[in-house]
Amino acid sequence: MNGRVLRELVAAQESGRDVVLATRLGDGAQELIEAGRGSDGLGVDGGVLADVLRVGESRTVETGDGPVFLRPYIRAPRLVVVGAVHIAQALVPMAALAGFRVTVLDPREGFATGDRFPEAVLVKDWPDRARAGLAPDGRTAVVALTHDPKIDDPALIAALESDAFYVGALGSRKTQGARRERLGETGFSAEVLDRIHGPIGLPIGARTPEEIAVAVLAEVIGALRL
Amino acid sequence: MDPSNSRHTNADPVLAQAAEWLDEGRRIALATVTRTWGSAPRRAGSHMVIAASGDFAGSVSGGCIEGAVIQTALEVIESGAPRTLEFGVTNEMAWEVGLACGGRVHLFVEPVV
Repeated sequence: MNGRVLRELVAAQESGRDVVLATRLGDGAQELIEAGRGSDGLGVDGGVLADVLRVGESRTVETGDGPVFLRPYIRAPRLVVVGAVHIAQALVPMAALAGFRVTVLDPREGFATGDRFPEAVLVKDWPDRARAGLAPDGRTAVVALTHDPKIDDPALIAALESDAFYVGALGSRKTQGARRERLGETGFSAEVLDRIHGPIGLPIGARTPEEIAVAVLAEVIGALRL
Repeated sequence: MDPSNSRHTNADPVLAQAAEWLDEGRRIALATVTRTWGSAPRRAGSHMVIAASGDFAGSVSGGCIEGAVIQTALEVIESGAPRTLEFGVTNEMAWEVGLACGGRVHLFVEPVV
């Protein structure tokens, strides 16, 4: 590998650009290909490149000049945590460790602070006002943890109107029922409301905030990978 | 590089380490898992960077084959030519390097210059 290719690859990742590194295994010839562009040198099919970027999995393909290894480098999945609460204090570092880019949103004074969440991007605003900036996409999970409908509901509405791959909300079955009724009144169909994971997290009998964080993160990873 | 800081960037920490070592003028090689079968612990695309001093970062298995990969990487740094490697299931009775987990992996080891 040429040092210039390595530096370009690191720079692309740091600026959030999705790229594929193509390596011809016979002689080590390489090409760094930006998402949306074609392969100039190594003759890799454009459809294959698009597929590798979409799935995010490496693959070796055959070309006229021998096998070429394709390694996509795509942005890490994102986790938006609504509610800078006790469970969030356990969930945020765990999610960062697992490779998620984490955003913590809480409009309340003193909650979403850098001291409490050194790993996260902090948003001290209401979910409906912060919505355009958060812009959940197909690689974003949104979890609502405040127990306060004034904060959780607008966050869930924004998540349900997006392609977020996971939407979850803390609360008992009774709380979930009441929430479902409220959100249903705003016009969401039963099918859309079914996207909300609640009670949140895999059923592992979690009791402490830390254990609940494990259950939530495991469920989010399952939604991403399975 | 402080690993806790690296999480604030989106760059793969192993590649960031490789770039840092290169900037420091160290001679390095990059090992990449190109294909796996069975229960291999690290996915295709996983990286390990090895310096001529023997320092390394990242992993390409659960620790079973790293020693052999480092040895090959040192040879690749010297020769300047990339190599492919294959590891299969270990026979516990034999003194060979392999994957006790029963998986099989292919690797590509290349100099970074």
